[in-house]
Amino acid sequence: MGVTLSENAARHVANFIAKRGKGFGIRLGVKTSGCSGMAYKLEFVDDTHDEDLVFDSHGVKVVVDPKSLAYLEGTELDFVKEGLNEGFRFNNPNVKDQCGCGESFNV
Amino acid sequence: MALLQIAEPGMSPEPHKHRLAVGIDLGTTNSLVASVRNGIAVCLPDESGRSMLPSVVRYHADGSIEVGQGALKAQATDPRNAIVSVKRFMGRGLKDVAHVEAIMPYDFEDGPGMLRLRTVQGVKSPVEVSAEILRALRVRAEASLGGPLVGAVITVPAYFDDAQRQATKDAARLAGLDVLRLLNEPTAAAVAYGLDNAAEGVYAVYDLGGGTFDLSILKLSHGVFEVLSTNGDAALGGDDFDHRLFCAILERAAIAPPSLEDARRLQMKAREVKELLTSCEEAPIHLRLGSGELVDLVVTRDEFADMTRHLVQKTLTPVRKALRDAGLTPEEIKGVVMVGGATRMPHIQRAVAAFFGQEPLTNLDPDKVVALGAAMQANVLAGNRAEQDDDWLLLDVIPLSLGLETMGGLVEKVVPRNSTLPIARAQEFTTFKDGQTAMAFHVVQGERELVADCRSLARFELRGIPPMVAGAARIRVTFQVDADGLLSVSAREMSSGVEASVLVKPSYGLSDDEIAEMLKSGVEHAGDDMMLRALREQQVEAERVIEATEQALAKDGHLLDAGERAAIDAAIEHLRVLRAGSDHRAIKTGIDAFARATDEFAARRMDNSIRTALAGHKVDELEL
Repeated sequence: MGVTLSENAARHVANFIAKRGKGFGIRLGVKTSGCSGMAYKLEFVDDTHDEDLVFDSHGVKVVVDPKSLAYLEGTELDFVKEGLNEGFRFNNPNVKDQCGCGESFNV
Repeated sequence: MALLQIAEPGMSPEPHKHRLAVGIDLGTTNSLVASVRNGIAVCLPDESGRSMLPSVVRYHADGSIEVGQGALKAQATDPRNAIVSVKRFMGRGLKDVAHVEAIMPYDFEDGPGMLRLRTVQGVKSPVEVSAEILRALRVRAEASLGGPLVGAVITVPAYFDDAQRQATKDAARLAGLDVLRLLNEPTAAAVAYGLDNAAEGVYAVYDLGGGTFDLSILKLSHGVFEVLSTNGDAALGGDDFDHRLFCAILERAAIAPPSLEDARRLQMKAREVKELLTSCEEAPIHLRLGSGELVDLVVTRDEFADMTRHLVQKTLTPVRKALRDAGLTPEEIKGVVMVGGATRMPHIQRAVAAFFGQEPLTNLDPDKVVALGAAMQANVLAGNRAEQDDDWLLLDVIPLSLGLETMGGLVEKVVPRNSTLPIARAQEFTTFKDGQTAMAFHVVQGERELVADCRSLARFELRGIPPMVAGAARIRVTFQVDADGLLSVSAREMSSGVEASVLVKPSYGLSDDEIAEMLKSGVEHAGDDMMLRALREQQVEAERVIEATEQALAKDGHLLDAGERAAIDAAIEHLRVLRAGSDHRAIKTGIDAFARATDEFAARRMDNSIRTALAGHKVDELEL
C-alpha cells in the first residue's frame, strides 16, 4: 500500500522540484516531537539512504524511511487551499488523535 | 489544521516553531510581500490574486482606514485623505519636499524631524501612513502563511540616509513587524538574480521605481555580493513620466486649469496610457471632465518617448557617477539588471542597452524581483536554510561619508561614502596653536562641506598632548566601521601615545534634532559648499598668519622702528577687515600681500635669532 500523493499534490511537488532546480523527490516522515508525540516531516530529497523505501506516485518519487512508514502506512498527501493559505496535508488513517493545530499527532 | 510546506533536506521545522519570515518591498507606488515557500520565493497575492498593493492609504471620516486598490480609486474623489507616494516623505522635513509640494494635493504641516499630513483623521506622520501599508501586508502574509511572522526584511533605496532608514524601521514597529534587516533594494534584486543565475562578475542594477531612481554597481563573486558603489535620484521615477504625460495632455487638450479632482483623474489616465504604451504603439485618451470639457486625443509610443526623453537622460547621470565611483567603464559591466515597473518602458530599455552596449536582463518580473530577493534574505536570517547554504553574506557600503570637524567648521572626510564594510581608515591631524595640549574631535556624517550641514555623530577629547609648536604634533585618527555598521573612532598622539576613543552606532538613538540636522545634508548644495569651504579655509589661514605675526611682534617688536611697526599694525587691521568679508579670493590676495609686508620683519627676526644663537661662539666651534 505504502504512501501516495493526490494528483494535485503530485503536480505541485513536481512543479516545486522543477523550480528548485534539483531534487530526487520528496521525503515524508515522522519524528517524535510536538505536543501530541509525533510530528510530520516533509522535505525535498537530494540523497536517499539504503534503507529508504521509494514509492512512485503520479510520476513523483516519494521517499519514506521504514521507521516512519509504520506510522504513515496508507497515508495520502494532499495539496489544499484554505483562503489565502495553501499547503500540504497528511491524510493519515493511523492517527488516533492530534493536537488542535494538527501539527503533531498520536497513533 | 495547519498546512505544511516542503522544507529543505533536514530542515523540517519543529511543530509550533515555524519561522515564518517575509520580504517586503515597500515601494513608492506599489508594495509587495514575498516569502520562501516549498523552497521557492514567491510573492503572496491578495484574495483577488494581485501581488502588488498600491502604496496608498485612505483615511475615512468614520475612523476606518483603507489601504491599496480601494484607496487608490479614491484618489480622484478624496485627494487630501488618500495618501499616495508617502515614501517620498519618509524622514523628510517640509523644506526637503518643496519641489513636489506644488504637485501634491496634501495639507502639509511641519513637525519635529519630519513633516506631517493633515487628514480627516487628524495629523498623520509619514511613518504612520507607511505603517498602515506594512500592516496590510503583514495581515496578508499571516493569512497566506498560516501563522504569525517571526520577522521581515524590508527593502529601502540604497541612498536612503539614516533618518529615512530609521523612519522605515519605526513604521515596521508600528505595524507590528520585527525587522530582521533593512536591505538595499538593488542588493535584494541581486540576491534574486544572483542565486537563480549564479553568474559571477560586475553588474549594474538599474532600478526605476515609482518615485525613486537607484543605480548600484554590484560585484558578484563566489556567491558573495559586494556593493561597489551606489548613486541615484531620490526624486525621479515612473511618477515623473506620468506627470510629464499629464502636463502634455493638458497642453494638447487646451483646457482650462483643471480642478483638483479632474487633475487626479487625468493623472491616473496618464499612468494608464503610459502602461498601455509598453505593449501598444498608441493609446487613446477619452475623458469627460467634471467641468464638462472633453479630453479626446491619442498618444503614440514615439510621442511619449520624445516627451520623456529628458527624464530617461536624467537617469544616466547617476549611472555615470556610480560607474566613476566604482572606477569602471560601461564596457566592464557584465550585465544590467532591470528593476521597477517603469523599466518596462521600451525606450528606457533601449537607452540602457545603448549606454552599456548590451541588452539589460529582464528575465525576472521587474516589479517583483526586489521582494523576492528580500524574501530569500529573510528566509536565511530566520534560520530556514541548511548550514552549507548559509555562508553567503551581503557586503554593504556606508551610505554617507564619515569625517571630522576641522578648523573653521569644515569637514575633513576620512571614510568616503560607498566604502565597503568592514573598513578602517586612518588620517593624521595636527595642532593649531603653540603649546596646545588637548584636542576636541567631532565626528560627523554627510556629504556637505560644512559641519553645520552634516549630521553630528559624536564628540570626544584627546588630552595630555605634550606641548609643542603648532603643527608639530602628529595625531593619528582611526575610523573603523564593522560589518554591522558600528563605528569606532580613536585618536592617538604618536610621540606620547596618549589615546582617546568613542563608539558610535550611526543608525540608532537619533534625536529629532539630529534627524532634522541631518536632513539638511544633500548634494544639491555642492557648488555653494565649495565656495564656503574655500572661504573658511582662507579665513582660517588669515587668522593663523595674524596670530603668528602678533606673537612675533610681542617677542621681537623692538626690531622695528615706529613707522615700520605702524605699517605692520595697519596691514594686520587690513587683513582683519578682509577676513570678515565673504570673498575668499580677496582674502587670499590679502594674505599674500600681508606676507610681503612682513617679509622684512621676518628676515630681521631670522638674522636676530641667528645672531643670538651664535653670540659667544667662535666660528670653528660650529660644524658647518
